[in-house]
Amino acid sequence: MASYTKTNYMDPMALVTPAIGLVFWTSVVFILLIFILKKFAWKPILDSVDKRNKNIEDALQSAENAKKEMENLTADNEKILAEAKAQRDFILKEAREMKESLIKDAKEKAILEAEKIMDDTREQIHNQKMKAITELKNQVADLSIEIAEKIIKSELKDKQAQKKLVVDAMQDKDLN
Amino acid sequence: MTHNKNKLAALIFLFLCPLVSFSGDPKPLKEGEIYNPVPAIMHHIADSHEWHLWGEGKKSVSIPLPLILFCDGKLDVFFSSKFHHGKKNVKIEDREYALDHGHLVEVNNKEFVDLSITKNVASMLLSVMVLLLLFVGAARKSNKDKAPKGLLSFLEPLVLFVRDDIVKPNIGHGYKKYVPYLLTLFFFILVNNLLGLIPAAANLTGNIAVTLVLSFITLIVTNLSGNKTYWGHIFNPPGVPLALMPIMIPIEIVGIFTKPFALMIRLFANISAGHIIIMSLISLIFMAQSGLGNAGAFGVAPVSVLFVLFMYFIEVLVAFLQAYIFTLLTSLFIGLATVEHH
Repeated sequence: MASYTKTNYMDPMALVTPAIGLVFWTSVVFILLIFILKKFAWKPILDSVDKRNKNIEDALQSAENAKKEMENLTADNEKILAEAKAQRDFILKEAREMKESLIKDAKEKAILEAEKIMDDTREQIHNQKMKAITELKNQVADLSIEIAEKIIKSELKDKQAQKKLVVDAMQDKDLN
Repeated sequence: MTHNKNKLAALIFLFLCPLVSFSGDPKPLKEGEIYNPVPAIMHHIADSHEWHLWGEGKKSVSIPLPLILFCDGKLDVFFSSKFHHGKKNVKIEDREYALDHGHLVEVNNKEFVDLSITKNVASMLLSVMVLLLLFVGAARKSNKDKAPKGLLSFLEPLVLFVRDDIVKPNIGHGYKKYVPYLLTLFFFILVNNLLGLIPAAANLTGNIAVTLVLSFITLIVTNLSGNKTYWGHIFNPPGVPLALMPIMIPIEIVGIFTKPFALMIRLFANISAGHIIIMSLISLIFMAQSGLGNAGAFGVAPVSVLFVLFMYFIEVLVAFLQAYIFTLLTSLFIGLATVEHH
């Protein structure tokens, strides 16, 4: 055999001496692996994870929004209801007030009217009474005249009687 | 980090193991000689030009791997099966290659560049296949309108964990462009750590060349991302008296390199140590057999197997932990280099 140096592979230094071949292949393989995995593994996996995360976040956000909207709607409904109630109460109150004022007005008017009617009636009665009195007076006068005529016609036969009659009649007339 | 310390201690201990009988040949043991596990362990830890599955000597079964060699400006490509497990030399024109205890040499001491598909490279290509099958397969099923199902439901949380719990908090603003790199880094280390735990598999992430490349990429990415504040801290450390500048600036410059260097050593040492510990625990059986006979082997085997099982659980944890730490620290370094002035 030729005289080549016998290298002992169990030399401890062999363990910590990097072999050029392995350095070369590791560099090539590892760097290629980075690019291949980046394109075909890490990017698709992480992209879909990130998108999924975003989807979930969006879904949660929209659920939260919907909840808030529901709350707002309920609050709105309550507000509208309260407003409607207030309005109803107001209308009722107004109606009551109107009713009361109407009744009051009507009463007042009725009283006024009644008073007016009473006044009128009283006046009329007075008038009628006056008229009646006048008429009565006239009739009494007429009657008196008639009586007087009759008496005069009958009594005038006697001058004494005539005179007495007139005097008596005149005395009776002092009644009024 | 006592765990790491223990592992480093184990590694150092094995380096200090008597290296006397490192012939490598599986010689039959002499009378009274104790089985030395170091060659087998070292053989397992190291890279190889063939993928040994099982058996020794003539009975050994292995997958032949292609050798790609540049020598004298010429390209030689052949399969490792031509070596007949190191028994024969391969002659191509004037170049003669030999396997000396698994180590490739040129008989005439000619310089050559070895770009062979070794066991580790083959294992790495296998891991790439696994990664592509898993993640490209999962990505095809990814859907923005549906919850993930099947494989994707397992991988998606892992991917999101890396992005949202490692990359995002450490890099902060502008983290997005680093995500593909760091995801690839995490899963590359993780898958290779786990593949390395399969018996007869390669020890890829426990190989210094691999961790060197990974940490070198960290170094490049970190420093290319470095902004004004980052470089300002290195070349004009704030609040440092002028007199200390000649000391501080070199320290800061060294600091650029020590951070990825620590990454390189940490991953290499953790994974290698794990393999060494498991191999050592299994070797206890053979050591007991050589010292105490078959009865000794049967006595030690249950204990050894229990310990190995325990270590395997730890190693699965370590596989995740080291992938996590490497990615976390890389993110942290990038984050420190890109942080806005405060």
